[in-house]
Formats: sequence, C-alpha cells, structure tokens
Amino acid sequence: MKAKERETKELQHYYAGQKKGYWWKYLLAALIVFVYLIPLYVLVLQSFKGISDASSALGLPEVFLVENYTDILKDGSIFRAFKNSAIVTVFTVILEIVFGCMAAYPLSRNESKLNNFVRNIFLGVMMIPPLTILVGVYTFLVGIKASNTYWGLILTLVAFGLPMAVYMFTNFISSIPRALDEASIIDGANILQTFFYIILPQLKPIVATVTILHGVSAWNEYAYSMYILQKPELLTVTLTIKKFFSSSSGNNYGGAAAAAVLAILPITIIYLFLQDAFVQGQVDSAVK
Amino acid sequence: MRKRNLRMNLLYVPALAVVLIFVLVPLLRSIQTSFYNWNGYSPDRQFIGAKNYLNLLTDENFRISFLNTILYGFGSTILQNILGLAFAIFLNTKFAGHKAVRTIVYLPVMISGLIMGYIMYFVVQNHGAINEILGWFGIQGVDWMASGAIGRVFITLINSWQFCGICMVIYMAGLQNISRMYYEAAAIDGAKPFQSFRYITLPLLIPAMSSAFVVNLIGGLKLYDVVVSLSGGGPGYETSSLSFYIDNRYFKAEQAGYASAVGVVMFLFILVCSLLLNGYFRKKEVEM
Repeated sequence: MKAKERETKELQHYYAGQKKGYWWKYLLAALIVFVYLIPLYVLVLQSFKGISDASSALGLPEVFLVENYTDILKDGSIFRAFKNSAIVTVFTVILEIVFGCMAAYPLSRNESKLNNFVRNIFLGVMMIPPLTILVGVYTFLVGIKASNTYWGLILTLVAFGLPMAVYMFTNFISSIPRALDEASIIDGANILQTFFYIILPQLKPIVATVTILHGVSAWNEYAYSMYILQKPELLTVTLTIKKFFSSSSGNNYGGAAAAAVLAILPITIIYLFLQDAFVQGQVDSAVK
Repeated sequence: MRKRNLRMNLLYVPALAVVLIFVLVPLLRSIQTSFYNWNGYSPDRQFIGAKNYLNLLTDENFRISFLNTILYGFGSTILQNILGLAFAIFLNTKFAGHKAVRTIVYLPVMISGLIMGYIMYFVVQNHGAINEILGWFGIQGVDWMASGAIGRVFITLINSWQFCGICMVIYMAGLQNISRMYYEAAAIDGAKPFQSFRYITLPLLIPAMSSAFVVNLIGGLKLYDVVVSLSGGGPGYETSSLSFYIDNRYFKAEQAGYASAVGVVMFLFILVCSLLLNGYFRKKEVEM
C-alpha cells in the first residue's frame, strides 16, 4: 500500500461512519444549510414584495419591486444610521483597546495585594449584565447630561466591555516573557518606552480579537443605544431598523425588509472576507 | 523598584475610573433605589424598606419573566451545546464544502438579535415560511407567537439557532487539539466509535465546554433584543424575560424602585448560576 493511500485509509478510520460512503454527509450538510439560509432567503424575497403582494413567504414576488430599495436610499436615514453606528463602534473599540492594554500591563507584571484587588474588580464587573443596573446607569447618565450624546453611549459601552478586554490582554501579556521587559529596562528604557516598544508590538493578534468581538457587539448594540440616543439624527442601525418595523406605514413589510437587508449587508460582507479572523477571535476569547 | 511599580500602576487608572464611574456607582445607586418608591424622575421618593422585594413574591408577571429567563438561559445553553458539538463533529469529518457550512452556520452570530427577531417574523408568522413548509407535508400550522407557551419555545429555538455557531467553532478548535494517537490507540484496543467518543472526545473537550457553557448561559439569561422585536414580551407578559421586565417596569410603569429590585434579583441569580457552573467545571477539570 502506498503511503498516500494509507494516509487516506487512516483518515477514513478517524471517525465513525466514514467507511459507508459520503452521500449522507452531503444530505446532512444540505439540510443544515437549508435551515440556516431559509430566514435570509425569505427576508430577501420579502424585500422585493409590495404591500398588496399575495405571494407566499417562500414564493417569488408577483412583481419584483425595486422601489422598496430606492425609497430607502432616497430617504437616506439608513446612511445616517451607518455613519452613527460607525462613530459609536470605532470610538468604543479604540477606547477599550487603549485603556485595556494600558491597564493590563501593570496588572500582569506587578503582583501585589492592591493589584489583585483591582483585577478582582474587573472580574466582578464582567459578571454584571448591563440591563440589571439599568435604573442606576440611566439616572446617572441623565444626571450628567449624557442623554442624546455619543460620548454618553460610548463610555457606557466601554465601561461594560472593558473588563473582558482587560482580562484578555492580561492573560496575553502574562504569556510574554518578563526577560524582555527586564532587558529593555537594563538598556535604560522607562516604563512607557518598554510598554510601547516591547509589549505593544506583540499584542497584534489579541488586539485583532478584541476589535472583532467588541466591534460586532458595539455595532449590534440595541438596549442602551435606545435609552441614550433618542433624537432622530442620532439613531444607530438597530434603532433605525426598529423604526422601520414598528412604524411600517400601512404594513409596508417589504420596505422594512429591504431596510433590514441593507442593515445587515456591511457586516455580512466584512464577515465573508475576514471569516477566518472572526472565527479565530471567537475561539481565542473563549479558550483559556 | 517599588516606586517604579507604583508609577506603572498609574496605567490602569483610566480603565478603573471608567468602570467605577459608569458601572459600580450606578450599581450602588440601583441597590439603593430598590429600597425606595420612586417614579424615576420626580425629586421626591419614599423609603419603603424591603417592600419592593416582598412585592416581587406575589407579582405574577415577575414570576413568568423569571421562569422564562431560566428557560431562555438553560434551554438555549443545552440546545446550543448539543447542536454546536454535533455540527463540530460533523464538520470535523472534512468533506468537500465543510468550510462553506461553517461559514453559513456562524453567519447569524454577526447579526443583531433585534434585527434577527424582525427577520424571524417572516418565518414564524401565520403566513410565514414554517407554516408553508409544514403545508408541504399536509400539516396545518397556527400563529405560533399568538400563544405564550409556544412563543417562548420559539424564542429559545431562535436564540439557540442564531448563536449555536459560537459553540460550533469553539468545539471545532477543541476537537483539533485532540491528538489522533488517542483514537488510534483506542481502535487497536477494540473501542467502538461511541466508546471513543464517550471516553476520549468528551473528557478532553471539558475545557472548551466550560467556556462554551458559561458564555451561552450568561448570554441566554440576559436575553432581551429578540424578545423586543419578535414578541414584544407578549401576549401579555407570557414571553417576557427579566431584562425585558426591568425595562418595562422602569419606562412603561415608571416604577424605578421596583425595576431596580428586579435588577438586583436578576444580578444575584446570574452571579450564583455562573459561580456554580464555573465551580462544577473546575472540579471536572481537576478530576481528569
């Protein structure tokens, strides 16, 4: 038996059921794909249907109504929503990364009772689901005049996201040998120089992970965005879509569906291009 | 060196400040508010001791929301882990196109829960995709979301469907870390496929399982977005979750004190659940 053949043979024994052929795998794969794509398929069809369209959910529209899309593009609120969501997402992620890296450095390098306590504060805050303290957060934000401001929402999202970022950065920096820091200090570098030139360049993979995970959750955030941003010109993507669906004038579900398609388009495209990075980020954040 | 370390500790001050101001102070305010009768904005409020907490005991809607939260949390966690593990094992058998299936199953994770709820309306409503597919087999569907009992099962299913990609990729990474030697050795000893799954795969996946369980449980227990967009908590409060009920009591009923009490109970409940789960998995990991 040739080596290559043996290799394939071994692979076939690797898991159960392999010897019996492959057809059932494709059947199962097709079933999974069907269950996962049906909602998107129905959404896209719906986005081309008019108000009086009597076709069934899975059936093609009677007339493909492109107006659903052109109306939304003309209305323009979806573009404003993209811009607003981008502002919130970019600043939230940047602040989490800057503050997170900075905090993680002393927490992973200096062991003391104080720092242990600080680390436990971050771990504890990670356990607080944002909505449980809604009343406290909202009355506080109103008190400091943060309602209808981006910074109010951004700082709230940063505060709830930071503990996870600090945790991940701390774990990562702990795995960088201390000898590197010590060498740079012997060479006469100060703390900030050591941090910027020695530690920071090595953080790229974990920065990518935090950017991806926290970027997606900031982009998709709904609850606190709704409480804090109420003026129409401030609405983010999720809030704008909610408006399309709840005000659907005369049950214009076609128009609302078209808006939803446009809303999920950017993140879907980014995901399809960078999917390996997205999946790797998810795995890195979960497996300690 | 000591002075150097103290100066280095300054680096975590910004992160700590944001977390203290935007999470811990509001947490204390929420706890304090939970002992008052207050509408959320008027300057006067009355201290009523533990009355808000006592009222929870007889509040039927709180009871429903609490039970639903348990269903959403534990139901989704169990479903997501079983499905995620099954998908991971299936995709790990490496057939042509397995990567495309992974891409599609993970895709819904990118989409906001709120928008997903609206998308699912086209699937679960009376004239939606599910009833049409049931019709192919001659089954007459009903308006699923009209009944709380079925509605809450559908919310659990949709949430599990949407986020089971997270479990899947965590388990795929876990499976790839298991050396093939174990399976080969077991095969030589005459182990059946199920036995190698039970005695090799499962125990070695415990670290991956521990993170997948905790992430999903907290995600499910704080479920909010999809409830808002799919059922609005209705009919009545039949599908409401605790997050939804907090929002509802605070903004709709203007019972800020009562909403805070619900929040404190929810926070403690999630804290206890995640501590117990963490402890359980730590024990399992040690046993190995």
